[in-house]
Amino acid sequence: MSQHKMTRRDFVKTNAIAATATAAGITIPGMKEVLASSEEKIRWDKAPCRFCGTGCSVLVGTQNGKIVATQGDPDAPVNRGLNCIKGYFLSKIMYGKDRLTKPLLRKTNGKYDKNGEFEEVSWDEAFDVMAEKWKTALKKDMEANKGKPADQLTSTVGMFGSGQWTVFEGYAASKLYKAGFRSNHIDPNARHCMASAVGAFIRGFGSDEPMGCYDDMEHADAFVLWGSNMAEMHPILWTRITDTRLTKEGSEVHVLSTFEHRSFDLADNGMVFTPQSDLAILNYIANYIIQNKAYNKDFLEKHVNFTKTPTDIGYGLRPEHELEKKAKNAAKGKLSKISFEEYAKSVESYTLDYAHEMSGVPKEKLERLAKLYADPDRKIMSLWTMGFNQHTRGVWVNGLMYNVHLLTGKISQPGNGPFSLTGQPSACGTAREVGTFAHRLPADYVVKKKSHRDLAEKIWKLPEGTVPGKVGYHAVLQNRMLKDGKLNAYWVMCNNNMQAAANMNEEGLPGYRNPDNFIVVSDPYPTVTAMAADLILPTAMWTEKEGAYGNAERRTQFWRQQVNAPGEAKSDLWQLMEFSKRFKVEEVWPADLIAKAPQYKGKTLFDVLYKNGFVDQFEKQQVTDDRGNQYANDEMEAFGFYPQKGLFEEYRRFQFEGPKRGHELADFDTYHKTRGLRWPVIDGKETLWRYAEGYDPFVGKGDGFKFYGKKDGKANIITAPYEAPPESPDAEYDLWLSTGRVLEHWHSGTMTRRVPELYRAFPDAVIFMHPDDAKKRGLRRGMSAKVVSRRGEIEAMIETRGRNRPPEGLVFVPWFDAGRLINKVTLDATDPLSKETDFKKCAVKIVKV
Amino acid sequence: MSIAGGTTLQQRRRFLENISRAAGGLALFSMGLGVYSRQAQSLPAEALRPPGASINETEFQSACVRCGLCVRDCPYDTLKLATLVDSVALGTPYFEARKVPCEMCEDIPCVKACPTGALDHTLTNIDDARMGLAVLVDQETCIAFQGLRCEVCFNVCPLQHKAISLDRSHNARTGKHALIIPVVHSDACTGCGKCERACILEEAAIKIMPLKLAKGQLGQHYRLGWKEKEKAGGSLVTPDIEHKYNLPEGETYDYAGEGLKQNKAMPDTPFGKSALERLNQGLQK
Amino acid sequence: MKLTDTTNTTGMDAEREKGWWLAHKWLLLRRIVQFSIIALFLLGPLAGIWIIKGNMSSSLLLESVPLSDPFVFLQTVLTGVSVQQTVLMGAIIIFVFYFLVGGRVYCGWVCPINIVTDAADWLRRKLNLKSKVALSRNNRSIILLAILCLSVFTGMLVWELINPVTMFQRELVFGMGISWLLLLSIFFLDAFISRRAWCGHLCPMGKFYSYIGKYSLIRVNAAQRDRCNDCMDCYTVCPEPQVIKPALKGSADQSPVILSGECTNCGQCIDVCAKDVFSLGHRFINPELHNSKSDTSQREVSL
Repeated sequence: MSQHKMTRRDFVKTNAIAATATAAGITIPGMKEVLASSEEKIRWDKAPCRFCGTGCSVLVGTQNGKIVATQGDPDAPVNRGLNCIKGYFLSKIMYGKDRLTKPLLRKTNGKYDKNGEFEEVSWDEAFDVMAEKWKTALKKDMEANKGKPADQLTSTVGMFGSGQWTVFEGYAASKLYKAGFRSNHIDPNARHCMASAVGAFIRGFGSDEPMGCYDDMEHADAFVLWGSNMAEMHPILWTRITDTRLTKEGSEVHVLSTFEHRSFDLADNGMVFTPQSDLAILNYIANYIIQNKAYNKDFLEKHVNFTKTPTDIGYGLRPEHELEKKAKNAAKGKLSKISFEEYAKSVESYTLDYAHEMSGVPKEKLERLAKLYADPDRKIMSLWTMGFNQHTRGVWVNGLMYNVHLLTGKISQPGNGPFSLTGQPSACGTAREVGTFAHRLPADYVVKKKSHRDLAEKIWKLPEGTVPGKVGYHAVLQNRMLKDGKLNAYWVMCNNNMQAAANMNEEGLPGYRNPDNFIVVSDPYPTVTAMAADLILPTAMWTEKEGAYGNAERRTQFWRQQVNAPGEAKSDLWQLMEFSKRFKVEEVWPADLIAKAPQYKGKTLFDVLYKNGFVDQFEKQQVTDDRGNQYANDEMEAFGFYPQKGLFEEYRRFQFEGPKRGHELADFDTYHKTRGLRWPVIDGKETLWRYAEGYDPFVGKGDGFKFYGKKDGKANIITAPYEAPPESPDAEYDLWLSTGRVLEHWHSGTMTRRVPELYRAFPDAVIFMHPDDAKKRGLRRGMSAKVVSRRGEIEAMIETRGRNRPPEGLVFVPWFDAGRLINKVTLDATDPLSKETDFKKCAVKIVKV
Repeated sequence: MSIAGGTTLQQRRRFLENISRAAGGLALFSMGLGVYSRQAQSLPAEALRPPGASINETEFQSACVRCGLCVRDCPYDTLKLATLVDSVALGTPYFEARKVPCEMCEDIPCVKACPTGALDHTLTNIDDARMGLAVLVDQETCIAFQGLRCEVCFNVCPLQHKAISLDRSHNARTGKHALIIPVVHSDACTGCGKCERACILEEAAIKIMPLKLAKGQLGQHYRLGWKEKEKAGGSLVTPDIEHKYNLPEGETYDYAGEGLKQNKAMPDTPFGKSALERLNQGLQK
Repeated sequence: MKLTDTTNTTGMDAEREKGWWLAHKWLLLRRIVQFSIIALFLLGPLAGIWIIKGNMSSSLLLESVPLSDPFVFLQTVLTGVSVQQTVLMGAIIIFVFYFLVGGRVYCGWVCPINIVTDAADWLRRKLNLKSKVALSRNNRSIILLAILCLSVFTGMLVWELINPVTMFQRELVFGMGISWLLLLSIFFLDAFISRRAWCGHLCPMGKFYSYIGKYSLIRVNAAQRDRCNDCMDCYTVCPEPQVIKPALKGSADQSPVILSGECTNCGQCIDVCAKDVFSLGHRFINPELHNSKSDTSQREVSL
């Protein structure tokens, strides 16, 4: 290696010689190599992209402690060297000029004051003030919980986490809350994103996450997009679909959405439907398959149960809302078995005429789509994202999609299957698999079941009854509880919920600013959420820490820490573990619980949760790669052991020691040596298609298929009818509003809007609108207008051209713009089952400014 | 007449002197200014004129009185007036796409404001403006050509699908992704410059160029036959009589299409009628 | 240096006799008008009050009345392009205005360059600088002719490529470029190289406007010329001193009205005269003599 070393003087000299030589038209032998060696000083190492759920791999180039470049990883199976425009700028996301580098506390006259101005404080002071607030809340909780069994415990401390947390961070946070603070009020922003998908996976298959993988994209004959604009939101996967469409004879692409977008460019059959009528279209397809006897009788008999779900379930609004009072079965979802005939009858009324009438899609287009699904010789991949998930009937509509695939048996085979795409880089790996939801434990276990809690307590070495059994406050409920003063110590980490959560004016902001509450926000940048906080903690991001993400095809990918975080910024993992040191067991647990584990007396939560003899078992070491490069690990340095490895290995025990199988991950070290593996990983082998014989090691010989998430190995077809959305356009609020993302920006734009080129590419949010709708309101492209709903309003420019072309009666506004907070306008109605907000439908009017 | 002056001769001498001095000065001044004006006619490639400006720079410069009314009425501060340092004819309005592009206002206020018609008042649909033409000048640095998903130029194009469309092709390097490549169409591109402005490269790979620089022109002596046929809606000459061919039975010949169509019907067996013939073929075949 | 030359005491008599204000009345009025015009143009971009939009080449008054510089307009027409009626209307309005009030009123009351050249002349007087270079006033005519010819031959507004007058006017309103450098050059030229070099000897616009104002109604006259004490102060301050003599020193049958189109109606002679010889009026003070045949101002007067 030393032969590549070159002093600066040498470098200047050789450059000068080279320049002279070039000017003279001479090539000096060996000169190229010498010059190239300065390039070699860049150390390259792999990492998954920081943005969407696709999980592209990049090589990160570090020089002098700074990330100077990235490149698409040519050996990565997902992207083979490609990136989208966001990935192209990865090296710039950490270097925004306004990075937070010191903790900031609201103060007046040197003391914390909810109405004070932010002032720089030390980490010690920050954690002192924070711990005091937590302790006050926890003390109150302990009193309120005196004598209550584990499944009736309440709490006033909470946390809002992320599908962008690393696996370790999500696991550490979940453990701190569920075991340490004994609060289930921890939920990730994946609640806004994938909760409906999760609900439907569990109801349909008993196990979360897709059965297929990205290889389906090369094997399918047809692709159907349901409420997904993959062309912009999953850019690299879109090129895979495009390539198949181009190179495979007879392949076709169908796109359904409530407005025309970039994915329609490739569509052989593009369909714009009336919002909410996807329920009717899917039932029509099921009906078509049944009417034409195109269902796979053998498959249905062997592998499927028919069920129905309670109807008229409300809209997840506050219970005093009229719509909730009217709902007969508010938030009910218990399935009851029915027969095939009963199922057939339940979809009988969804005729082509009815589907056409409801959706406004021309009949021939609907029929073409139904025929495609019914054709036994066509392999179909159905893909969806937020159009299905952010839906007041999200679990239902996900389920209706599975119904169609199950009816025809087109599932769990190469090229055949429903595929729920994820939004976030680790919504799967962290939020879902680690179970950082208010109702979950790691590896598909849930807090509600005693046996599951027992397993967690066993692995975590905790006394029985530590983990509370009552489902905690989910994302939307957290904001409501903050407003109502029932959640008082609240930590927001790795997300920007003040910009994301619907109905900011009426719920989010009043909740954060409620004088009873203390709000902590950990973020690398001053986000809208940080602005609403009381304490801001500067946070290390992406490759400033060692990490792991899990993408949409169950692929777990690791990276090493490449650079140090600026100033005093610390990773979420350090913050969680360090904060736990501030609590003595006696301050958070009642005496009777401690009595069950006397060894913990006088110990801190850090000792109990992290220095517990398992997590701390891997000694401090130098992280290296096989090329001899050395990497820092700030958390290992701080705690004296390898916390990422310990946490990961403890987490893996949930996959091996419980009754549930099929979530197995490989060991920690393996992942540092590979561009990710798709779980379940058994004997070092990845699983491409779950539930299918030959592909899935848990399916026995001769079984064909086995949906082993369910006890009887059978998947559920769940019938559900069309039900109207909670808010539809009327005389005053006469337009639908749909919100979403754009290719250039990630979520709330915190990172991408700090990259000048990306900001320039799409500076501010605009109102995408049909030109005739604009004309009717006296508006023209480029004019400023207000989007007004019953809850709030924003001002933005009218765009009648460009990438999104809404039909008359609908407008689309992206939510990346911190200067135009469309969540002031959106409605906080959720799917009552998944608790996921419907960001795609509410009623607004557009007013000339 | 002057009485105090000298002789008539002296007067004449002075007159001639004055005349020649004046003529000399006039010539020198005119030449200097004339040469300078030639230079000023060559508009730098990055300077774009407002919508409705004549493509002929001389024509535009002769009609523009440098009043700046178009600049005043531009709602986006796109237009500015050239100063001495700008290497654009002094005082004339222009914009640079990479700095502030034209937003293509539907009511075209700049044209309306022009008192002289240097900006053509018959331009009423902004889509008809031709301020320049976007050219994807560098395919080597444009990341779309490398298979990356950018298409920012397409996304910002106000005449999406018409002025810039996307071509898709197989990415032979990765084998399973597609290349999605922006293509500019001169029949629709107004040269507004939004694409150049938005290009995320350090130096834009797509640039607006003056039409004269950007466009080739086919010689008048040659026409593209298929385009002329399309324009005319049919053959320009009398269509052929029906073609007939000597063909073995079962085969056809498609004159306008694929040519010889052989009978590809499956034989009953893979073997011929004669055993001997088959045996004598040898095993190599 | 002892200042004994009369040029240094110019106007002192007037100040003594009439008081400071009356001795500077017309100067102040002119400055007020000049700055008001600039202010009106700037009111739009700076305060959003759009009384007038554009610049002195062409503008729009109260969003309805077009105003255009006839000189630029003439050049445009000569290039051979067909122009919009708006600019024609504007040019006619301005033409009629100056036709009535005096063409070079533009120079003395409107053009902001005048402030600079007046300042240079003031400095010149104060420092008692003598002319070093003598320029011919005919230069203006030559340049004007050249410009108009070039417009025809090149088909372009060639003069507008370098015209410091419109450049400065434009940059005053649209933001400063480097025209102040040109302005500085004009200042130095006028102050140190040749008296009244720019406006009086080079600027073709002034020449053009002098033609417009040839028959203008409003004129300075030396009606009280019999009071003249030959102090020469009026000659000293006048930017076009050659125009004074026929009116002031003409024989009794010659009109006391300054009839030359070169007169800018600036009123400096009125200000500086302690004896109130001059006053502003119309050209028909002596109706039988208004005939321009008697106008001798075109003759060169060497200084």
